Amino acid sequence: MSNHNSGGKPKIKKDVFKRLMKMMFQFYPKLLPITIICILFSSIASSIPDMYIQKVIKIITNSLETGASWQSASEEIIPMMLFLVVLYLISTTAITVYSQFMAIITQGTLNKMRQSMFKGMQNLPIRYFDTHKHGDIMSYYTNDIDALRQLISQGLPNLLRAGTIVIAVFCIMLYYSFWLTLITIIGVIFMILVTKFMGGGSAKYFLKQQKSLGDAEGYIQEMMNGQKVVKVFCHESEAQADFDEINEQLYQDSYRANAYANTLGPVIMNIGNILYVLIAVLGGVMVLNHFKNYSLSGLALDVSVVVAFLNMTKQFTGNLNQVTQQINAIVMALAGAERIFALMDEEPETDEGYVKLVNAEISQDGTITETKNYTGQWAWKHPHQADGSVTYTKLEGDVRMFNVDFAYEEGKTVLHDVSVYAKPGQKIAFVGSTGAGKTTITNLINRFYDIADGKIRYDGININKIKKSDLRQSLGLVLQETNLFTGTVMDNIRYGKLDATDEECIEASKLAGADDFITRLPNGYETMLTGNGSNLSQGQRQLIAIARAAVANPPVMILDEATSSIDTRTEAIVSAGMDKLMHGRTVFVIAHRLSTVRNADLIMVLEHGKVIEKGNHDELIAQKGHYYQLYTGAFELE
Amino acid sequence: MLKKILSCLREYKLPTVLTLIFILAEAGIEALLPFITAKLVKDVQESAPMNDILRIGIILTILAIISMMCGATAGFTASKASTGLSKNLRHDMFEKIQTYAFENIDKFSSSSLVTRMTTDITNLQMAFMMIIRMGLRSPLMFVFSVIMAFVMGGKLAMAFVIVIPVLVIGLFLVSKYAMPAFRSVFKKYDRLNESIEENVRAMRVVKGFSREEHEKKKFGISADDICKDFTKAERIVALNTPLMQICLYFDMVFILFVGSKMAIIDNAVDIGQISAMITYGVQILMALMFLSVIYVMVTMSAESTKRIYEVLVEEPSLQNPEQALKIITDGDIEFENVNFKYSAQAKKYALANINLHIASGQTVGIIGGTGSSKSTLVQLIPRLYDVTEGSVKIGGVDVRNYDIDVLRNAVAMVLQKNVLFSGTIKENLRWGNPNATDEEIIEACQLAQADEFVQTFPDGYDTYIEQGGTNVSGGQKQRLCIARALLKKPKILILDDSTSAVDTKTDAFIRQGFKNFIPETTKIIIAQRISSVQDADMIIVLDNGSISAIGTHEELLKSSHIYREVYEQQTNGGDEDEQS
Repeated sequence: MSNHNSGGKPKIKKDVFKRLMKMMFQFYPKLLPITIICILFSSIASSIPDMYIQKVIKIITNSLETGASWQSASEEIIPMMLFLVVLYLISTTAITVYSQFMAIITQGTLNKMRQSMFKGMQNLPIRYFDTHKHGDIMSYYTNDIDALRQLISQGLPNLLRAGTIVIAVFCIMLYYSFWLTLITIIGVIFMILVTKFMGGGSAKYFLKQQKSLGDAEGYIQEMMNGQKVVKVFCHESEAQADFDEINEQLYQDSYRANAYANTLGPVIMNIGNILYVLIAVLGGVMVLNHFKNYSLSGLALDVSVVVAFLNMTKQFTGNLNQVTQQINAIVMALAGAERIFALMDEEPETDEGYVKLVNAEISQDGTITETKNYTGQWAWKHPHQADGSVTYTKLEGDVRMFNVDFAYEEGKTVLHDVSVYAKPGQKIAFVGSTGAGKTTITNLINRFYDIADGKIRYDGININKIKKSDLRQSLGLVLQETNLFTGTVMDNIRYGKLDATDEECIEASKLAGADDFITRLPNGYETMLTGNGSNLSQGQRQLIAIARAAVANPPVMILDEATSSIDTRTEAIVSAGMDKLMHGRTVFVIAHRLSTVRNADLIMVLEHGKVIEKGNHDELIAQKGHYYQLYTGAFELE
Repeated sequence: MLKKILSCLREYKLPTVLTLIFILAEAGIEALLPFITAKLVKDVQESAPMNDILRIGIILTILAIISMMCGATAGFTASKASTGLSKNLRHDMFEKIQTYAFENIDKFSSSSLVTRMTTDITNLQMAFMMIIRMGLRSPLMFVFSVIMAFVMGGKLAMAFVIVIPVLVIGLFLVSKYAMPAFRSVFKKYDRLNESIEENVRAMRVVKGFSREEHEKKKFGISADDICKDFTKAERIVALNTPLMQICLYFDMVFILFVGSKMAIIDNAVDIGQISAMITYGVQILMALMFLSVIYVMVTMSAESTKRIYEVLVEEPSLQNPEQALKIITDGDIEFENVNFKYSAQAKKYALANINLHIASGQTVGIIGGTGSSKSTLVQLIPRLYDVTEGSVKIGGVDVRNYDIDVLRNAVAMVLQKNVLFSGTIKENLRWGNPNATDEEIIEACQLAQADEFVQTFPDGYDTYIEQGGTNVSGGQKQRLCIARALLKKPKILILDDSTSAVDTKTDAFIRQGFKNFIPETTKIIIAQRISSVQDADMIIVLDNGSISAIGTHEELLKSSHIYREVYEQQTNGGDEDEQS
């Protein structure tokens, strides 16, 4: 992953920053400019008092020298104070406005980004999820979004504010005295050099720290998940030793990263302090010796100027320090933004299909009419571009594959010249060792992946012409690895058909043989499932997954090792129910257990991506080929 | 709780103390600087001799340099202390978790343990660093500055008397309202991220059911909800900025106006004092601001601290006995009136009234439906859990009298949910025996029917297994896990549904190998397939946590209707299905 690339200088991509800004402006075309104006205004407003400090002090010195009364001095001071009060009130309003708006903009932008990430992700092809680590995808939503939050809410406004103040103060400095400004500039150059030196080290170790943090997290995750195995093998001390090594590396890197960052602050601040002293002393010396002042204002150098300058120096260095403290956060946030944009830019799953699945009424003579109501019958609505006519084909579940070739990666063919003909209502089984390509076939039928060569027809229609969502809705899928969602058991079953009534769900789970154990759960169908149903056994989870597919009542079912964790007695109940449910529907079954597949109408034996045998159980036994060996394998040793 | 956490500082106590000392020195100097500068300004104003000015200048510069060194050193030691603390905490947690029994792991769940060792530690580290750097400094700066302000400014310090209470109350109110808002939204945020993770994992289900739009809508609703709460919380916190600024502005105007009045009317203050007061004003307000930030951070990290603490003080539910037996004579197993439940609160026993004797060297099959407690039964043998009542004996001795490591090395168990670790195949297999020779490894793999496919890999036994073993198939993984267990040369070998993904032929070869090559080892095989157990010396049929029948294949076919049903299902199932 890119955030784990070690060493090297952090590359801040300009276009990432530009794109982020552009996005924010698009999201908040009014709020954002107002916010920026408010920040600029309040920043300048907080620099102006420096000039007033000078003026007030000047008046004080003058009055003390001339012995003028407060009365006459106040004539000058009071209007100035009034002006300051007004300026401050406006400034406070501006600050209130921008800080409130910034809160809205930050959270709003993150929300919009999060949503468009999620929406984009939903549209990505399965290939993306098969080729990216889930932990990496998650870190876009957690670490990278968090870093971005830091940047938008703190980094950007502070940078803008500090930058404006530095420029404003710099101008005021020039207004008063070139000499003293020069001293400040020398100090600032020094600060920049120090920052460059130390900041570079800091950024380097921050990236290193990021990598070793990733390593440590990976190790912890692996060990925690395998903790039971560790215990069974008494491998505790070895695991500890390995962990300590990784832990030490993490410590070394994060200690250095933090040390650089932590030291930078005090160093910059104290260079600021020295600068402060320097200005005081040199300024004092200059005043005493009536040094000739050069300035925009043409004012002579006196105590009032020096005092104002002292305050400005503080402001100047304080704000520069602020900027240096943000550097690491900015680098990290932009790296995160880059990854987020990369996710958003992923090519979505294309769907050029135009054949749709519709509810249908089929009259006695076989004419099909489209209807909005649920009739229990469906048809494919096939508009023909050539003449603009529309034809309807009854959904029957006839799936045929002709000479299909497929490779996940170029050059590594997984399926070779596979042909399968599944007539409506047939049960087709795939048998073969792992890696033979059984699951791949089902991946192709529901178009998780697209075939490289050959064709697949569903009720005579090229599946590439069928809208993906409609195609998949017509295929019930039960996978070996069961994924349940946080929610009640009922919610999980209803996932198969969102508008299913409770009764339908219960009916489906009865068919799946799940009703029995569900009713024995503490809260029955209302039992909450969390953490992928971790409170259920693997077999129970599979039963719920089958019920979920059953409630959808699809014409074609794909069962990929769907009953592998269910004991055979329960499986018998399930398959009995399923056969009832599947009456007149097409079923594809993948299973290791031959008892699961033996009643199939057609058993395809796959090896290395090729169909080596096909036929029903009796035919294959009679052939005495591979299937026969598999089937009798267990007994032949007796 | 805090004591326990701080005790993990160990070798990093010195950097912690040093940090505090250096920070103290730095803060002290920082508070002094404006005071001395004020003197300098006054000297300049009064045209004091050049030497005086230079002297003060040199003193100031030296002080600033000392302050810089103190600050830099403190930054350095603070990093050492805080990252060191988190290193030690991670070490201690990991060590503690290694002593956990299965029950403890179940209680926390492994994913929660991961979060506790990563995110929570990071939070604590940040908070700790903040506390040692700012926790002492800010109140000190505050007190120093207030004292100096009163010493120098006299009446001018009144400005702070007005401002400080306003700011304190303001900051307090903001924190008071913002914190609960944040806490509740963070919980929601965690849940949102969990649901994203769930979604990523279940993408095939989402797409299989064409639920993309449904998921988007669901996500949109909760994301909007969270955004609303977050914005609310952030807006409360955002009030800090104008509050702070207005106090600063008030100070400025007050000091300038009142200061100039005092200076002109009765010469009560000088210019140096006025300029120093402005500086102190900024320092005081900054100190208060930092204090409120620390307050927020500490409360925010309190939850993390608690979660770390829980892991550290959790008592492992299994203890190694004193004067533990180190030698196990043979693989004879006896269950005597065993009752077991997973938690004391559970109403129902997971295992009830189990009496069983397995002679050393026997092969025993266990058959039973989902949830019949097959795994639970065998997990009692290597003391993965302890019996609630009754006893389990190996070689005639209660398992609780053996040294746990000795016991678990003698009882090799291949778990149902098994894992391989990232590393080469060889490294994984050596878990069974770190000193195994290459020949022994190959031998074990041959026995587990794994050698053949391992040889087909380009790198053979040096093939790298990805995290979670994703680059080998389910059946291959199971066979490697068996080989790994065999390398222990155990007295008792337990296979908990460990050949479910292996085809029947290979499965039969494996069992044949056991019979021929490890005849003295007691073998317990949990299986779904009758074919995996039917040649066993004894088959146990479990039903709902108790033994329903025991016997050989032939005996059970006659005596146990459950067994017969399962058997018929697996041999003639197809014909029956067709009839239904």
